[in-house]
Amino acid sequence: MQRIFRQSTAACVVACAFVGTAAHAQQVLVPAQSHIQFTSTQMGVPVQGKFQQFEANIQFNPSEVAKSTIAMKINTASATLGDAATDKNLKDEDWFNVRKFAQATFQSESVKSLGGQKYQVDGTLSMKGKNKKISVPVQLEQNGAHTTATGTFSVGRLDFGIGDGDWADTSMIANEVKVNFKLVLTGVEKLK
Amino acid sequence: MNTRYHPFSILLHWIMAIGLIGLIAVGIYMEGLPFSPSKLKLYNWHKWVGVIALALVVLRLLWRFIRPAPALPAQMLSTMPRWQQWAHTFTHVGLYALMFAVPLLGMAYSSAAGYPVVLFGLWPLPSLVAADAQLAQTLKGAHALAAWAMLVLVVLHVAGALKHQLIDRDGLMQRMLPGR
Repeated sequence: MQRIFRQSTAACVVACAFVGTAAHAQQVLVPAQSHIQFTSTQMGVPVQGKFQQFEANIQFNPSEVAKSTIAMKINTASATLGDAATDKNLKDEDWFNVRKFAQATFQSESVKSLGGQKYQVDGTLSMKGKNKKISVPVQLEQNGAHTTATGTFSVGRLDFGIGDGDWADTSMIANEVKVNFKLVLTGVEKLK
Repeated sequence: MNTRYHPFSILLHWIMAIGLIGLIAVGIYMEGLPFSPSKLKLYNWHKWVGVIALALVVLRLLWRFIRPAPALPAQMLSTMPRWQQWAHTFTHVGLYALMFAVPLLGMAYSSAAGYPVVLFGLWPLPSLVAADAQLAQTLKGAHALAAWAMLVLVVLHVAGALKHQLIDRDGLMQRMLPGR
C-alpha cells in the first residue's frame, strides 16, 4: 500500500510537471468566438457558408515569428449553407465527399511578419485528397487574454475537386471561393 | 367613349398572362427537382422573370392611372347580378394585389434563405430581410400560398372571360384581344 502510494506520488511529480510546462505554452482556440466562412458565387449570387467544427493547433511565437506553426483540422461534414437539405448534398461525392475525406487540413510551412501585426502564413491546404500551397494573410489583435487572428483568402474549388461532375461548370458556380476566418486564442504571449 | 382597352394595356396584359402562367408552372416543377445545376438554373431564371413581372405590374398600374380600364357596358351592368359585379371587382383587385405580393414574398424568401437575388447574375437587388433559416421556411410557405391563390384567381378570371365569350356571347373579350 505504501509502495503504491509512493509510486503514484513519483508519477504525479513527473506528470504534473510535464502538464504544467505544456499548459504554460498551450495556445487554445475558443471555438464559440471563432469562425471559418466561405463564400461561393452561384450564377452571380454570393452564397455564404461556414464550417461549424474545426480544431487548431497553434504555436505562435511573437519573439520568434519564424518558429511559429499553425495546424488546422476542419470537419468537412460540418459545412453548412444554412439549409438542412442543401447541407446533406454538400456531403456527397461531388462536393466534400465526407465519408472518404472527413477532414480538410492546413499545415503551415513558414510564418513571416509583415509589420503592424500583419503576418503571412504559407502552407499546404489539403482537401479531398488534394494538396495545394496557399498563402494566407493574417491580422492579429490582442485584447486582454484573447488574441484574435483574422484574414481572407481565395481558393480555386476545382483545385480540390469540390463541385465535381455536372457542377464543375464555372459559369454556374465560379471557381474562386473566398474564405474568411476569425480564430480567437487564449495563451498567446504578449505581441511585440 | 372607348370601350376597348388601350393597345399598350392589351400588350401588358398578354405578356403578364404568359409570364405568370410560366412562372407558376416552373415554380411548381423546379421545387421537386433533385439538387443539380439545372435546378439552380431554373431557380435563378424563375427569380429573374419574377423580378421582371414585378417591374411590369408597377408599370401596368401606373399606366392604368393614365389610361383607365374601360367600364363594363351599361347594358351589361344593368342585367348583371350584384354578386357577379362583386366577383368581377374582387378578382381584378385580388390579381393586382397578388401580382405584387407573390414576387415580393419570393424575393424575401430568397434573401432569408441566404441567396440574395442578382438580376441576370449581374445586378444584386437589395435584400428584403436578413438570412434566417426559420423565416425562410415561413416565407417559402407564404410565397407558395400566394402563388396558388393567384392561380385560383387566374382560373376564375379566365372562366369569367370564357363565360362571356361562349355562354353570353356578348363579345366582351374583344376588348382585351389584339386587333381592331
